[in-house]
Amino acid sequence: MAFTLGHRGADTWTVSELTGYIRELLDIDFRLREVRVAGEISNFTRARSGHLYFTLKDSDAQLKCVMWRNAAQRLRFDPHDGDAVLATGRVSVYEAGGVYQLYVEQMQPEGVGALALAFEELKLRLDAEGLFDLERKQPIPAVPRKIGIVTSPDAAALRDILQVLSRRYPLVAVLIAPTLVQGAEAPAQIVRALRWLDGRDDVDTIILARGGGSMEDLWAFNDEAVARAIFAARHPIIAGVGHETDFTIADFVADVRAPTPSAAAELAVPDVADLAPALAGLRAALEGRMAARLERAGRQQQTLARALVLLSPRSRLDSNWQRLDGLAVRLERSLRQQLAGWSARLAVLDGRLAAVSPLATLQRGYAIVRRADGQLVRQVDDARPGDRLSIQVTDGAFAADVAEESEEHD
Amino acid sequence: MTEPEALAFEAALQELNETVDRLETGDLSLEASLALYERGQWLARHCQALLDQATLRVEQLTEHGEIVALPAPD
Repeated sequence: MAFTLGHRGADTWTVSELTGYIRELLDIDFRLREVRVAGEISNFTRARSGHLYFTLKDSDAQLKCVMWRNAAQRLRFDPHDGDAVLATGRVSVYEAGGVYQLYVEQMQPEGVGALALAFEELKLRLDAEGLFDLERKQPIPAVPRKIGIVTSPDAAALRDILQVLSRRYPLVAVLIAPTLVQGAEAPAQIVRALRWLDGRDDVDTIILARGGGSMEDLWAFNDEAVARAIFAARHPIIAGVGHETDFTIADFVADVRAPTPSAAAELAVPDVADLAPALAGLRAALEGRMAARLERAGRQQQTLARALVLLSPRSRLDSNWQRLDGLAVRLERSLRQQLAGWSARLAVLDGRLAAVSPLATLQRGYAIVRRADGQLVRQVDDARPGDRLSIQVTDGAFAADVAEESEEHD
Repeated sequence: MTEPEALAFEAALQELNETVDRLETGDLSLEASLALYERGQWLARHCQALLDQATLRVEQLTEHGEIVALPAPD
């Protein structure tokens, strides 16, 4: 018997062989290497590994899909069941599961502008996370020393910023960290530039700027990594992206949103035109305070001088002098009185003296007779003839010679 | 205290502010007040001089990680 049940002939495949063959068929078809499929998501699962598994379906068919983690991280929206999407990828076979599937590289929401949807999704998510919270905003230093600028070095935006800074506040120093501001490389460069400037201690404020453009042009400023770098920065950041009507995620996360790059520069520095009067005001205040201080010192000095006069030993000295003067006057008066007394008594004594004086007797006509030897001639025997006698009368004396001795005695 | 050339504008302005405030409290000796006043005058003149002479200093990071000076804008 040629036919044996269970015997493998040359025309028998293993499951692996067949599946591998089918896979090869699909893999060599270059049209299947990059296909774009429109469909609706169902059975969406995000695995713990970060890979996404789902099914794309339309009314008549289903297509299994897988999106590896690194591709899923680039998604600009959060896929859900029921979302109409455009998925791009290659078709191949998952041999272990026995299924062919779409290995999705990129996926965008269909219908609504894909970017707009992604923008709204990221905005909602970051807002819910608190990245836009007002209480997390940092104040902009009023008078910065150095401003870091993250922008394209060749663009008009930078020129505008520098002109505004130069006109308003040329005292500030500027440090530019040049970056691409659009394209796939831009977000990573912007993040790096932000971090570099933020790491410097000499930078006070950072301006993140880009001139106007389409939503696609500004897309780097809607990047989640850029948003998180802005949020994490320790220095305050002013975002000036696009025109007045453009709002990017960076604008919402930044500490201050300026409508344009020039406006960002205006918000970053004070205006010297305002500083000059402020300086003049401070000067006037300085003069005023000092004048007040001097006036106060003058008043204090006067008060102290008065106190000093009251407390001074001078006043005691003065009063002592006064007492002394009084005493001197009294002394003089008393001396004068005493003198007058003495004088009066002297006059009395003088009178009495005069009364008893021999001179008073002379006035009455008597004379004093002395011999040449000065002896008084009291009796006849005291004088001999030939003696020269001195006769003293009231106003003087004259000499007389004794002529003869008298016989008679009184 | 720092000397004029080394003292940046905003620091000088802030110190001037503080100087005026301290003078206002008035609990200082006359000598200290005078010293503060002289410092304040100097700070004010310094600020004015900085304002009068200032030109924007611009530097840029190069691809090689160096910082180079750029000419100031017009």
